[in-house]
Amino acid sequence: MGGSTAAAAGSADGYQPSELQRRRDAYRRRQSVRSVLIAAGSTAVLGALLVAAVASSPGWPRVQQSFFDPAVAVQALPAVLRGLWLNVRLLVFCAAGALALGLAIALARTLRPAVFFPLRAAATSYTYVFRGAPLIIVLYLFTFGVPGLRLAGTPSVLVLGGCALVVTYGAYLAEVFRAGIESVHPAQRAAARSLGLSHAQTMRHVVLPQAVRRVAPPLLNDLVALQKDVGLISLAGPVDAIRAAQIETATSYNFTPYVVAGVLFILMAIPLVAVTDWVTMRAARRQTWAGAA
Amino acid sequence: MTPAADPARPGEPPVGVPPVLACAGVRKVFGDRVVLRDLTLDIAEHEVVALIGGSGSGKSTLLRCVNLLETVDDGTIHLDGRDITDPRVDPDQVRQRIGLVFQSYNLFPHLTVLDNVTLAPRRVHRLARARAEQRAMELLDRVGLADQARQYPDRLSGGQQQRAAIARTLVNAPRLLLLDEVTSALDPELVGEVLALIRELKGDGMTMLIATHEMGFAREVADRVCFLADGAICEQGPPQRVLGTPEHPRTRQFLRRVTDYGTG
Repeated sequence: MGGSTAAAAGSADGYQPSELQRRRDAYRRRQSVRSVLIAAGSTAVLGALLVAAVASSPGWPRVQQSFFDPAVAVQALPAVLRGLWLNVRLLVFCAAGALALGLAIALARTLRPAVFFPLRAAATSYTYVFRGAPLIIVLYLFTFGVPGLRLAGTPSVLVLGGCALVVTYGAYLAEVFRAGIESVHPAQRAAARSLGLSHAQTMRHVVLPQAVRRVAPPLLNDLVALQKDVGLISLAGPVDAIRAAQIETATSYNFTPYVVAGVLFILMAIPLVAVTDWVTMRAARRQTWAGAA
Repeated sequence: MTPAADPARPGEPPVGVPPVLACAGVRKVFGDRVVLRDLTLDIAEHEVVALIGGSGSGKSTLLRCVNLLETVDDGTIHLDGRDITDPRVDPDQVRQRIGLVFQSYNLFPHLTVLDNVTLAPRRVHRLARARAEQRAMELLDRVGLADQARQYPDRLSGGQQQRAAIARTLVNAPRLLLLDEVTSALDPELVGEVLALIRELKGDGMTMLIATHEMGFAREVADRVCFLADGAICEQGPPQRVLGTPEHPRTRQFLRRVTDYGTG
C-alpha cells in the first residue's frame, strides 16, 4: 500500500515510476473498483431476495400489523424509554462495580505471602461459585432472600439487584483480568523486581497496564453482555425497558413495543461494540508495527 | 579509577579489601537437576569478572541467584559483607544495589524509554518527576539515546533497546552490575555499540559480573575469566591464561568448540 502511493506521488530524489509499475498500479486500481462493485451488487441481490421472501409469505400482512405497527410504536416509546433509563443507570453502576470487584479478586489471587492465604482461597472459591451460579437465581437470592432477613437498613430492591449483577459479573471479569495478568511475560516481572520495585509496585506500574490493554476487548465484550442482563432485574419488580414493553404489549395486544425495545438495545450496544472493535484494531495495528520494526 | 587487581598477582582478587560480592558453597537445584554445586566466587571492588561456559552451565542461574530472583538451595552470598541469602533480608532493598541487565532487554513496552528509566527512581526512591527525568536524561545522553527518550521501546533497534536497558539499571547507581548475555540477542553489527558502553563502564570503575559468549570481549574487558562447567567454576584466572593457555581439558574442549564457530 505505502509503496504504491509513494510511487504515484513521485519522490524527492526525482524518481518517476517505470512504465511497468504504472501499469501494475492501474491494474490494482481497476481491481479494487471491481471488488467494490461486486460486493455492492451481491449485497443488493441478497437483500432483495430476503425482502421478497419475507414480504411474499402468506402471513406477512398479519406479522407486519402485530410487530411493526408505527402507531403502537409511537405510543409505547415513552414507557419503554423510561424503562431504558433504568437500564442505563444500572449498567453504569454495575459496570463500575463489577470492574472494580473483578480487578480486586484477580489481584487477590496473585498474592503469595502466607498471611493472605484466606483471602486467596476466598477469591478462588468466589470465582468458582459465581461463574457457575445462574444469574437469575443469584438475583432472586439477593432481592427476595436478603429482605427476608428483616435486617435494619436493608437497601432497596434496585440496589440489591444491582449487587447480584455486580457479584455475578465480577466473577467473570476477575477471570478476564487474571488471564491478562498471567499473559504478561514473567521476564517483565523479573525486570521490575530487579530494579527494586516491590510486588505491589510491579503490579501497579508494569503488569497491570500491559494486562488491561491486552484484555480490553474481552472486558468490553462482557460489558455488552451485562448491558442486556441488567434487564433481568425486572424479575424482582423494577420496570426496565423490556418489562415496560411487556406491559405495553399486554394493553395493546400488539408486539410492536418489544421490537421498539429491541431496536433501542441494539442502538445502545453499538457505541460499546464500536469501541471494542476500535480497541482491538488499534492493538492489532500496534502489534504489526512492532513486528515490522 | 583504582586498579582492579593486584598487579603483582594479575587475575587474582586483591588482598586486604573486602570483596563486593562473595559467593560461598552456592547450590541451586531445579527439580532433579543440580544447576550450581558448591560454587565459590569473590569479586573485588572495580573488578570485572567474565563468566564463560556452555549453555546450561549455570551462568544465568548464578546471576539470578545473586539478584535474589532465585533462592539458593545452600551456601551464602555476601554483598559488601552482608549475607543477602538470609531470609530476613528484604530482597527489594538488595536489588536496588545490584543491577541486572537481561539478554532480551525486558524493557517495559507500555512506557517510553524515559519512563522506563525513571520508573525505579520515582516509585522506589520517591524522587520528584523533574529530578528523576533530569538524572535519566543524563544517563540516556551517556548511552547515546537522548534523542530517543520519548520513543516506545518497540521503535528502537536491539542495540538501542539494550543500551536503554543498561541506562535503566544504572539509574539506581548499583554497587554491582550483572550482565546476562547482553549481546546474545543482537545482530552482529549492533553488538559493538553495547560492548563499547560496557567498556566505558569498566573505565568508570563499575564492578561487574558478566555472563558472555563473546570470547574476544571477555579477553579484552575482563580482569578475570571464570569457566563454568556442571555448575561449578572449573578454571579461572586472567583472560590471557584461561582463554590462551587453558589448563583444564574441559576448558580446552569448550574453547575449541566455540572457536570453531568463529566467535573466538
